Amino acid sequence: MIYAGILAGGIGSRMGNVPMPKQFLLLNEKPIIVHTIEKFVLNSKFEKIVIATPKEWVNHTKDILKKFNLDLPTITVIVGGSDRNGTIMSIVNYIEETYSVSEEDIIVTHDAVRPFLTHRIIQENIDNALEYGSVDTVIEAVDTIVESQDNEFISSIPRRDYMYQGQTPQSFNIKKLQELYYGLSDSEKEILTDACKIFALKGEKVKLVRGENFNIKITTPFDLNVANSIIKGSLDK
Amino acid sequence: MINQVYRLVSPRQFEVTYKDKSIISDKLIIRPTHLSICNADQRYYTGTRGKEAMRKKLPMALIHEGVGEVVFDPLGEVKVGTKVVMVPNIPTEKNPYISENYLRSSKFRSSGYDGFMQDYVFLNRDRVVKLPENINMNVAAFTELVTIAVHAISRFEKKSHPIKETFGVWGDGNLGYITCLLLKQLYPESKVIIFGKTDYKLNHFFFVDNMIKIDEIPEELTIDHAIECAGGKGSQYAIEQIIDHINPEGTISLLGVSEYPIEINTRMVLEKGLTLLGSSRSGTADFQRTIDVYKQYPEIVDYLGTLVGEVHDVMKISDVTEAFESDLSNSWGKTVMKWMI
Repeated sequence: MIYAGILAGGIGSRMGNVPMPKQFLLLNEKPIIVHTIEKFVLNSKFEKIVIATPKEWVNHTKDILKKFNLDLPTITVIVGGSDRNGTIMSIVNYIEETYSVSEEDIIVTHDAVRPFLTHRIIQENIDNALEYGSVDTVIEAVDTIVESQDNEFISSIPRRDYMYQGQTPQSFNIKKLQELYYGLSDSEKEILTDACKIFALKGEKVKLVRGENFNIKITTPFDLNVANSIIKGSLDK
Repeated sequence: MINQVYRLVSPRQFEVTYKDKSIISDKLIIRPTHLSICNADQRYYTGTRGKEAMRKKLPMALIHEGVGEVVFDPLGEVKVGTKVVMVPNIPTEKNPYISENYLRSSKFRSSGYDGFMQDYVFLNRDRVVKLPENINMNVAAFTELVTIAVHAISRFEKKSHPIKETFGVWGDGNLGYITCLLLKQLYPESKVIIFGKTDYKLNHFFFVDNMIKIDEIPEELTIDHAIECAGGKGSQYAIEQIIDHINPEGTISLLGVSEYPIEINTRMVLEKGLTLLGSSRSGTADFQRTIDVYKQYPEIVDYLGTLVGEVHDVMKISDVTEAFESDLSNSWGKTVMKWMI
């Protein structure tokens, strides 16, 4: 089985004074998360699409789905965890409790605030997760990445042609993800905030899928302005 | 949902644009899987449509020949995964006498209206026709081109006299090939002659009854009806030869598109009482008949398979450009884009 996990756990601290989590803000008069979920609904490979949000926003998420006629039997809203991996694990646990997870089952996890993804990105995540067990969606780094360990002076400048910027989806074999995550100590869990990093550090191969530079994450008012303008700029015909 | 639409913005330059679409409506949602390049697309791609048309019609998504899979039906009528051919003509009114493809109010994809180069295509349910389950999708991709010939033959059947001993088809390109193929199947008792000028192209036509080069037509040869698939300035020479060799009261179906005005010897049209029958594009009924023909004569699909030239996997915009460029250098066959973008 193939599952989708939509990570809508953010509480919007980066959106300045806006009192609502960023995934619920409007992009061309529709909540960002609705745009994202619609793209997942169009891939029929998904057995279930599980959306994880903060507890106090579960009802709001359900209300939105109803309002936009997306209260479909394939979509479920659950309570997320305290951090990114915690949210992924709460989705995985929900899937395990509700269905029986087999060795082959995979989950495609995606940020609710990346509504610009394409059919190809989702499809390549599915195909490669089935084949390799873990997938990260990336784009080639455009800017030079500068590392500074003391926040004052450069400690190194890695070769740019080896550098990529991480996007989502990130996709995993569910059993493998559980095995690796529950094998971590609490201190490891604190540092390893990215699920792909867990796979990579534990010696697993993580396959790269090419993202798109327009697959942006809407986390600041600036991003939201950019996203709104690229949609409105395209509405000429 | 934010739908990516890949538009031509100026000659040889595609750009991605984003359209907000709701998946909940009365429309079917199709994921295009195989798209085929038409000469009309190439005229936009290379900029040969002329400044005025380019200025008026771009930016626009190209491609009007394509197939795909139904990925979502809000009304739950069509099964997800159903393979369909997409109809590019979009009628905006109904008329009991005039076919949808001749109504001036109809829109046509990749001609002033976005074509199929999109992440998902939203279609009214009368704009798709179900494909046979195991059809070769590279062939199915250019079904629209086959419907042009089917449409012309359907019109011809309604308007021509019943003597159909000999058909002459002028033009040894893709459309000429498809027309000959259909005539041979639909009229097995009739003789089909292809009139062409290029040896390597004529080499594909061994299934017809006779292949004749246009500068070697025997004077005494006659035909009952003719179909002109030459196009361009070639249309004029083809029509001239047809008028010379056609029997009285024959019908000449005109399919070749020309950018130039074409001279016609009307004196002989009058003397022989000929019917000149213009034919352009097609509608859903023609798509349905074409699919029925595929089912009834599966060997047609096999023959059409020989038209599949290059198949390009398209995963990014530069792959589209590559497919269009490579198609330009092929004078025979169809270029198909496997739509994986």
